[in-house]
Amino acid sequence: MIVEFDDLTFDNRPRKAEEFAEIALKIRRDIIKSLVLAKSGHSGGPLGITDVMTVLYFGGFMHYDPKEPKWERRDRFVLSAGHLCPVLYSVLARAGFFPVEELKTLRKYGSRLQGHPGIDMNLPGLEASTGSLGQGISIAVGMALSDKYLDKNDRKVFTLTGDGEIQEGSVWEAAMSAGNFKLNNLCVIVDNNDCQIDGRVHEVMSIYPIDKKFEAFNFDVINIDGHDFSEIIDAFNQFNMNSKNQTGKPTAIIAKTFMGKGVSFMEDKYEWHGIPPNEEQAIQALKELV
Amino acid sequence: MNMLGYELLGKKPTRHGFGKGLVELGERYDNVVVLGGDITGSVMTSFFKERFPERFFSIGVAEQNATTIAVGLALSGKIPFFSSYSAFAAFRNADQLRISVCYNNVNVKIGGGHSGITVGPDGATHQSLEELSFLRTLPNMTLIVPCDYQEARKATIAAGEMIGPAYIRFGRSAVPMFTTEDTSFEIGKAQMLVDGNEVAIIATGLLVWEALTAADELQKRKGIKAKVINCSTIKPIDVKTITDAAIECGCIVTAEEHQVHGGLGGAIAEVVTKNYPVPIEFVGVKDSFGGSGEPEELMEKFGLTWKEIYSSALKAIERRDKGFIGYRKIKQVENFIDI
Repeated sequence: MIVEFDDLTFDNRPRKAEEFAEIALKIRRDIIKSLVLAKSGHSGGPLGITDVMTVLYFGGFMHYDPKEPKWERRDRFVLSAGHLCPVLYSVLARAGFFPVEELKTLRKYGSRLQGHPGIDMNLPGLEASTGSLGQGISIAVGMALSDKYLDKNDRKVFTLTGDGEIQEGSVWEAAMSAGNFKLNNLCVIVDNNDCQIDGRVHEVMSIYPIDKKFEAFNFDVINIDGHDFSEIIDAFNQFNMNSKNQTGKPTAIIAKTFMGKGVSFMEDKYEWHGIPPNEEQAIQALKELV
Repeated sequence: MNMLGYELLGKKPTRHGFGKGLVELGERYDNVVVLGGDITGSVMTSFFKERFPERFFSIGVAEQNATTIAVGLALSGKIPFFSSYSAFAAFRNADQLRISVCYNNVNVKIGGGHSGITVGPDGATHQSLEELSFLRTLPNMTLIVPCDYQEARKATIAAGEMIGPAYIRFGRSAVPMFTTEDTSFEIGKAQMLVDGNEVAIIATGLLVWEALTAADELQKRKGIKAKVINCSTIKPIDVKTITDAAIECGCIVTAEEHQVHGGLGGAIAEVVTKNYPVPIEFVGVKDSFGGSGEPEELMEKFGLTWKEIYSSALKAIERRDKGFIGYRKIKQVENFIDI
């Protein structure tokens, strides 16, 4: 299968919902293309969280400079659910951190786009190696702690975790400490698609109610529809306000999403957690994503 | 008491050396920070907490979180030290050490306290005897086991000044001090304390003092000149010093307050079998858990004193003299010996 990527990039500024939808479509197409070439990897989760990631990186909510990935005033994003990396790689490429063409190398030997994020490959824009669930969120807590109490700056830290991932006990150690340290500069996004490899999250091991758990750890919790751009925008605006309140709380955005969003035969199907589309399926998916 | 040039300068726990070293590091570098795991008064991070309260964070009894928060701090240009008992600072957080610390290859330093059998009355649950085997296999990890107070202090400072992950293993009880402020210390360098050419005793941690005692007794009782090497860095291991000792002495005894499987003994065996195979005898805990008791009592019970090193040295010499390979062939049939 011949797969081509255009080299279009997007800037980071306040946008209208329609504009986000256009970018999100591009990102979803990237995900399908890179996965069909990789012949392995996770399809469902990345497609489901694409809308949230699109607003985060292209809506002016996160400060970064693709020309200077290590810019010392940048906000940081840690992908705690490391297996969702196809969406992060596409977003970083479309933000201009590295050539979009490089998405073709996902999961290949020697690629900077490792199967789970690895900073040993020096991929611009990638902040931490993650993949063993339940750790990235603690890394984000450490970063936020450093920013707030040691460097005393106004940088923000975002982390994305999944509703399957929060079955890991270490996530709640991290939540406990974020609340304890009043990390108003920390935003935890929970991708709540109720899907994990073995089935529905509420059947495999229920973690509900998610919002009340984070509230109990002193988070300001925002429940949103993870595919409604105006709700996503409002949530990040709310976090921005929270982040300015030094005595305040960390923010948790619980984004209700559908795994495989945008591709009819993947949508809301947990079977698509950890597999790539084959060529036929990829062609079909790309036909739908227009 | 003077033993082969080494004098007993009193006793002090290595954890005090760690605590003192941390304060010195804090004075030198603004970006050194410490994470507490509730037992700060036991692992002596309390010294740092008192001196630099603004650079100390209490994480509570949550070793996985503390280890990974340290990674976030390190990715923000800090040099975080997290310390708890080795039983928890190397195992509860094993996955975090592997992926978040070592795969990220960041400046996270772990102080593993209350290590080994000499924790004493707390018993088997708190006597970590396995962490060297695990930590040694982690890529990017540096692993140091200081022999006494001063070396613990120096090792802590050196760990803070090097780039990358490091683990310092120290103990609870007061142990002999015999190195001084002026004794040299370098990560990755095993130090020859006593020269000899009949058997090389390679020891780590508090077994180094026992090794010196054994060498002294070997000389007094048998006229045997043993070489004593303090192998305080388990990783990266000092291949040259160990290989030279194998070539010169033709037999080796390793000694550690740890399981004989995979720790110092394992590391030495890897170096020796690859470079210059000679008989090795292993002094350490033989595939068992510890138990409650007084430190000295447990050292005796689990065979971690100079006496085992002494008898192992004689055995190693005998094996060498009978011919290493031939001896193995004869012994194999009737009594195949695991280490």
